[in-house]
Amino acid sequence: MTPDMFYLLVSILFSLGLIGLVSRRNLFIVYMSVELMLSSVNLLLATYSKVLGDANASAMALLMIAVVAAEAALFLAMIIHLYRAKQTIDSDRFDKLGEGRKHA
Amino acid sequence: MTAIDSTNLAKGGNMLSVIVILPFLSALLMALLYLGDANKKNYAFYTILGVGSPAISAVISFMALYQLLNGSATIHDSLFSWINVGEFKIEVAFMLDRLSAVMISFITLIGTLIHVYAAGYMRDDAGYGKFFSYFNLFMGSMLLLVLADNPIMMFVGWELVGLSSYLLIGFYHQDSANVKAANKAFILNRVGDFGFIIALSLLFVSLEGHGFTFDSVKANIHLVDLNALSIIGMLLFVGAMGKSAQIPLYVWLPDAMAGPTPVSALIHAATMVTAGVYMVARYSFIYELIPDVGLFIASIGAASALFAAIIASYQSDVKKILAYSTMSQLGYMFIAVGLGAYSGGVFHVFTHAFFKALLFMGAGAVIIALHHEQNIFKMGGLKKRLKLVYVTMFIATLAISGIPPFAGFFSKDAILTTAFASERYFIWGVGTLTAGLTAFYMFRLLFSVFHAEPKTSHNLQSVPKSMTYPLVFLAFGSASAGFLGVNEAYGGSSWINAFLNLPDRAFHISHSTEYMLSSLNVLLGVTGMLLAYKLFAKETREVQANTLFKKVVLNKFYVDELYEFFIIKPLLLMSEFIDKVIDPKLFDGFLLLNVWFYKYSARLFAKLQNGKVRYYALYILAGVSAMSYYILFKFGEL
Repeated sequence: MTPDMFYLLVSILFSLGLIGLVSRRNLFIVYMSVELMLSSVNLLLATYSKVLGDANASAMALLMIAVVAAEAALFLAMIIHLYRAKQTIDSDRFDKLGEGRKHA
Repeated sequence: MTAIDSTNLAKGGNMLSVIVILPFLSALLMALLYLGDANKKNYAFYTILGVGSPAISAVISFMALYQLLNGSATIHDSLFSWINVGEFKIEVAFMLDRLSAVMISFITLIGTLIHVYAAGYMRDDAGYGKFFSYFNLFMGSMLLLVLADNPIMMFVGWELVGLSSYLLIGFYHQDSANVKAANKAFILNRVGDFGFIIALSLLFVSLEGHGFTFDSVKANIHLVDLNALSIIGMLLFVGAMGKSAQIPLYVWLPDAMAGPTPVSALIHAATMVTAGVYMVARYSFIYELIPDVGLFIASIGAASALFAAIIASYQSDVKKILAYSTMSQLGYMFIAVGLGAYSGGVFHVFTHAFFKALLFMGAGAVIIALHHEQNIFKMGGLKKRLKLVYVTMFIATLAISGIPPFAGFFSKDAILTTAFASERYFIWGVGTLTAGLTAFYMFRLLFSVFHAEPKTSHNLQSVPKSMTYPLVFLAFGSASAGFLGVNEAYGGSSWINAFLNLPDRAFHISHSTEYMLSSLNVLLGVTGMLLAYKLFAKETREVQANTLFKKVVLNKFYVDELYEFFIIKPLLLMSEFIDKVIDPKLFDGFLLLNVWFYKYSARLFAKLQNGKVRYYALYILAGVSAMSYYILFKFGEL
């Protein structure tokens, strides 16, 4: 197995995450897309660790998984807060900073 | 160079600066006092200061003239350095050579007499202090012009003369016609000044790095090529046209009569109009190299002389007649300087100053006596009642008509002889014809005012002594000033020409021809005088516009109307076009287009900032991608 396949997979995963982030409005989907992008980067780190024979990258990937777990708790808490504020989880409704928005 | 300067300084001291600064200083003092309290009558103070400062200037001028007469070299007097940038050095400095010595001596002398006269003429005027402040400013400006050591200082004086004439012509500013006349004088002078300043700039550029005083310009004039020199000479003359009221820039002069009569006397005799002739004589070292331009100057002079004389023969306002006669006499001066007889021109300036000042002051006395009546056909019969004014004005009229032995004879005769000897017979013919006309219209004025039967009995107002004594003095001058320039044919030695030492063109003419020419002039003068006597001495009728010729002349050849139609109208139309079309459509249009572009792009960019988080994520990603791409290209091997 060549590392090329891994690189391709990383690219596909990252792109999927990006498309989800940009095109979907449901905050949960957005959150999952972000997670997907993070995971693809983790995968890239792990691949490099193997290819270069350096354990540092693997250590970093493991550390990141822990951080992402903590971040998930934070993210979900924020979604609950946002829902309480506007009774919706549509991200486009949270556009108070926008120019010329239609609704308050 | 410095050694000469220091010796001159030791001899002359700061004499020249004092001559110029004194009138300016008193003008400033009087202006401050007047502004302090305009209603307060400080008659004595204004009179002492206003008449005193030109008088002191006159005394010092004569002391300076005396030094030059005793063979002293040109006196230089440097006050301070005005501009000093690399090669470009302009000093506030004065120079007294023989030409300027002659000029300042008669400017200050006659100027002082006019000041004395003005003290009587303006006595009851509310703006007495203001008047004398302007008057001294005028004197100071003219002295600055004449004594300038470099062309730039001369230009400063030139402009100040224009300014002060504007202030004085519009002195009775309550009447809008006077303000219009003042504006006309100022604007027409600016047209001339434009030529003058372009000429100075060209001269400066052509002589880059050789200094810019009259002495250094004269020393290096051979470095300028003849074509450039011709252009410079022409443009300088455009300046002279404006100041000295020659065709086509003369129309301000008759209108300038709107000012008080002493102002007219000062403008026409001692200051302003003589500036143009002086300037040509001052640049004689240029004009001697370009005789073609000189011929053009002489032709303009001849045309102006005849043109003004014809108009003067039909006018009925005493001051207007005198104004046109000045223009006509200035024409003679330009004939002289144009044909290379620079000292002849300056000599006529000198004699003309005496009799023209006298004529204006006499006319002013008559006007005052008749309660501001200016129409000569409403006067008449004043011979007995204003005896002193009559006698002095008679002498001045004889002088201007060229009757020997009065001053005008010698100077005018010298000019016409020059024209004949230079074989410019046409110019000579026009000049001679004008001489006859001059006698006619001047005696027409004299006879109508003093001899003719009065139509109504006049209740004369008394004329103060300060207005009549200067007349007597000037009458002596008008009678005798000509003897300074008696030429060889009459047993003299053209003393003034020899003293002035200008680069006159030499010509030869036999004494018998000269006698013939002079007798022709005198004959024409006497004919004009007799014709005027026959027509106007007994009873006078105002000129009726009953023939086409008379109508055209009475309307001054419609020149004002022509200017109105060909210059002022198109200018106004163009202004309106620019105001209504070019400015709102073109310039504002361009600006509005810019504004629209900024507004539109602002709206476009504002759309990007919609507050939706997923778009922001996209922007960030686009930014990061761009940066990565750049890094890869720059440092990677992609």
